[in-house]
Amino acid sequence: MTKNRPSAEKTFTPPEFIRNFCIIAHIDHGKSTLADRMLQLTGVIEQRVMRDQYLDRMDIERERGITIKAQNVRLPWHVDGQDHVIHLIDTPGHVDFTYEVSRALEACEGAILLVDAAQGIEAQTLANLYLALENDLQIIPVLNKIDLPAAEPEKYAAELANIIGCEPSDVLKVSAKTGDGVEELLNEVVRQVPPPEGDEEAPARAMIFDSVYDTYRGVVTYIRVVDGKITPREKIRMMSTGATHELLEVGIISPDPKPSEGLGVGEVGYLITGVKDVRQSKVGDTVTSERRGAEKPLAGYREPQPMVFSGLYPVDGSDYPVLRDALDKLRLNDAALSYEPETSVALGFGFRCGFLGLLHLEITRARLEREFGLNLISTAPNVVYDVFLDDGTEHVVTNPSDWPTEGKIAETHEPISKVTIIAPSEFVGAIMELCQGKRGTMLGMDYLSEDRVELRYQLPLAEIIFDFFDSLKSRTRGYASLDYEEAGEQTAELVKVDILLQGEAVDAFSAIVHKDFAYSYGNKMTKRLRELIPRQQFEVPIQAAVGSRIIARETIRAIRKDVLAKCYGGDISRKRKLLEKQKEGKKKMKTVGRVEVPQEAFVAALSAEDGESGDKGKGKK
Amino acid sequence: MPHGRRSAGGTLEGVSTPDDLHLPDTALQGLGTRPFGVYVHVPFCATRCGYCDFNTYTAGELGSGAAPEDWLDGLRRELDLAAQRLGTPPAADTVFVGGGTPSLLGPDGLAAVLDAVRQSFGLATDAEVTTESNPESTSPELFAGIRGAGYTRVSLGMQSVAPHVLRVLDRTHTPGRPVEAAAEARAAGFDHVNLDLIYGTPGERTEDLQASLDAVLEAGVDHVSAYALIVEDGTALARRVRKGEIPTPDDDVLAADYELLDAMLEKAGLRWYEVSNWAASDEARCRHNLGYWLGGDWWGAGPGAHSHLGGVRWWNVKHPARYTATLAEGALPVGGQEALTAEDRHLERVMLELRLAEGLPLDALDDGGAREARRAAADGLLSTRDLDGGRAVLTDRGRLLADAVVRRLVT
Repeated sequence: MTKNRPSAEKTFTPPEFIRNFCIIAHIDHGKSTLADRMLQLTGVIEQRVMRDQYLDRMDIERERGITIKAQNVRLPWHVDGQDHVIHLIDTPGHVDFTYEVSRALEACEGAILLVDAAQGIEAQTLANLYLALENDLQIIPVLNKIDLPAAEPEKYAAELANIIGCEPSDVLKVSAKTGDGVEELLNEVVRQVPPPEGDEEAPARAMIFDSVYDTYRGVVTYIRVVDGKITPREKIRMMSTGATHELLEVGIISPDPKPSEGLGVGEVGYLITGVKDVRQSKVGDTVTSERRGAEKPLAGYREPQPMVFSGLYPVDGSDYPVLRDALDKLRLNDAALSYEPETSVALGFGFRCGFLGLLHLEITRARLEREFGLNLISTAPNVVYDVFLDDGTEHVVTNPSDWPTEGKIAETHEPISKVTIIAPSEFVGAIMELCQGKRGTMLGMDYLSEDRVELRYQLPLAEIIFDFFDSLKSRTRGYASLDYEEAGEQTAELVKVDILLQGEAVDAFSAIVHKDFAYSYGNKMTKRLRELIPRQQFEVPIQAAVGSRIIARETIRAIRKDVLAKCYGGDISRKRKLLEKQKEGKKKMKTVGRVEVPQEAFVAALSAEDGESGDKGKGKK
Repeated sequence: MPHGRRSAGGTLEGVSTPDDLHLPDTALQGLGTRPFGVYVHVPFCATRCGYCDFNTYTAGELGSGAAPEDWLDGLRRELDLAAQRLGTPPAADTVFVGGGTPSLLGPDGLAAVLDAVRQSFGLATDAEVTTESNPESTSPELFAGIRGAGYTRVSLGMQSVAPHVLRVLDRTHTPGRPVEAAAEARAAGFDHVNLDLIYGTPGERTEDLQASLDAVLEAGVDHVSAYALIVEDGTALARRVRKGEIPTPDDDVLAADYELLDAMLEKAGLRWYEVSNWAASDEARCRHNLGYWLGGDWWGAGPGAHSHLGGVRWWNVKHPARYTATLAEGALPVGGQEALTAEDRHLERVMLELRLAEGLPLDALDDGGAREARRAAADGLLSTRDLDGGRAVLTDRGRLLADAVVRRLVT
């Protein structure tokens, strides 16, 4: 094969002239602006069309959902008398997608660590930096926004140098907004990031680092070729499942998608196979050619595992089909989202949904509400528990209602996580208090600079997904940033707390909690429901129970008066209509045993979670 | 549903045209075999009380063409038209002159009202003829005059004897006046005298209510009506509650008040026969009101008055000026009407009869309703003994939850 001169237009560039890198940055620290500036400087977009181009892209994104990944882009760069091809690879943006971030990092040899010169590094950025270091990526530390009056480049250069072990003078200083320093940064990418290595003659192996669903083209799969080559008009095979697909198109992004003759070692591009669901094109999987394919996949592939479960219910029961269709649509683009139908006495028909983490849950819920016009209520999130009974059987519990009630429990396991919190040092006491109150164990603490601290804790995942974020934010006036990753499991003394209304359990309020917290949960929920459930014609006990043991009790007193004083000739029509209306209202009531409860009361009891932690925050301020 | 009914048979308030009362033959079937009553609405008051949302006006609120003389003219026309519409009009078994403040008409005015009824419908020989009156506009002369004119029963608005309670209610009479008026009425030959009480007024203490009841019992009347204060939308009282000047009456306090007054009245030999009404004997019960509750027919004359004939309900336009103007053109002043469906009539029957001490025959309920009645008895809301006897009768506790029981029985 003849080797081309390096070019942004033509593929099969010799690996020695290729550089693959990504940008690790906190949201708002200027990643998109820097990427746009790079497109401009490398000439793939002319300066005067820059604005139009950018706007076009926004329009398409708005129309089709977020499907265009402008930052997986192939750029030409000439430096030190040599043409190069540099691939800028995008990393998924949030904390629950650690695994997917790790795959994007795996596709690179280097990373720009981009930090706002007025704010310093954030916990999530730090976590991604550690991931990059574990992947042996060459790190180029960069401070952005040095044009801001509030910028403290010297302070944060020292902080970055301290974290990655370089000299403060090694930290580049740029302004993505003005373009200041970006050219030098591109030069350093070529000089510092090692070229990719791979076997051109070996059977093809390419790693999927992202796959997105596009309404018009089906699934667009982003790959980085490690060995061999991928060419169009050949069949490919996904090594995790063995499924084969026709290749409809192989291309590069420069910055628009362009079909190409194929992709060689170290090159980054996209595949289109006509597949309609991202589950058939999984991040981390290895793509090989169907004929004379590779024997061994690339290391590191993992199935996405839901870690957090919650019941999602439409507030208006007639929206159930809308919710089902909406979940079906979201799943096309979200391989990690799982769901199955569930019914609840209190909330009606809904879905038990599995998420990678709390943010994944929140983003999914927000998208369902915003993009599909749904009004949803979610049950308190729970993690996955392993319950071992005395008879040796193991039960995996993703829903409190599945907690074993027959047989004696020998041991329960819960997932744990490693948590990193970065905050101004004045809040260390408050953060430690919070973490200890959530069964945390301190793993370490480092001063990043004089007044900024990194705290590392081991915490049960269940404690983080409850109201940890809100509590942390309110205790640190919003200054703390947080990252967590799963870290195996531990045994714990867990119990299921049921909330009983007149002796009948209300499913939506059952929760698995540590035995030390059972009383406070039971107390909180019984009190809350007593406030929310209207008085009935009889006294209604609200109890919290662990098994058959009652741990908290409140009573809704019987209503004493429900009668109109006057009912004479002129009152009859009006009174009849009032009763008819009340009868209609009665039909909308949920009945638990004999207790009639308006659904709003259940919804309010579940939503109170946020409101309450918010109030706590106000108290502290 | 109400909408369908209106478009099919009714007219909307404000678009009345001559002869727009739709009385199907079925409504007139059996007329005269059921008790027949006449209600006359007197829409005048000297002052407006803060809690009152009735259709009544002070002199300053009325425009021209709405003076009491105009109203009386209109009333005569309406009663004449009514008698014509009914073909052979039945004699009135009961007449009830309410308001407003009927006593403001004076003895001659009230006599003229009753004469108008006599001329249009006639009076049954043992007719019950009641007028409401406010203690401050009554006198021995008034009572003597109306007794002579044929009235048999007087209902006096007493409300309370506590001055601070009367102030919240905007009542102008002195606390001792109602008891005095009751004595005057009895001296004038009225065997049947009622006192109205309002309980649960913000600021009323238990001892205030007790004092009011002591006064009622001392007056020796044979009938008492007691109403929990309702804060009606659009009243001055509602505005004061909204502004936070006075608290909303508390249901638990109202329930305790009811239990207290019921016990005191029963002890004095006044027995409840409707949720808010107590009488010393069967003869002392208000037959006119029983007509409302037992599905009787009545013609309601006067501005805003409601009528019922054989499953058709209608109501007059509210404003006295429009009322008289419409009648001057020879048309009935119908403001709106509805023909009741079988389902409506069932709901009304359960809702009204359940409030009575005699209760509701169980065979008036469907299977689901009868099942619920047994459950309500198990909950202590219906009397088990009466249930075994085939009737749904509220227990003492059940009376305070009557609306809830009705919702259960109509499933």
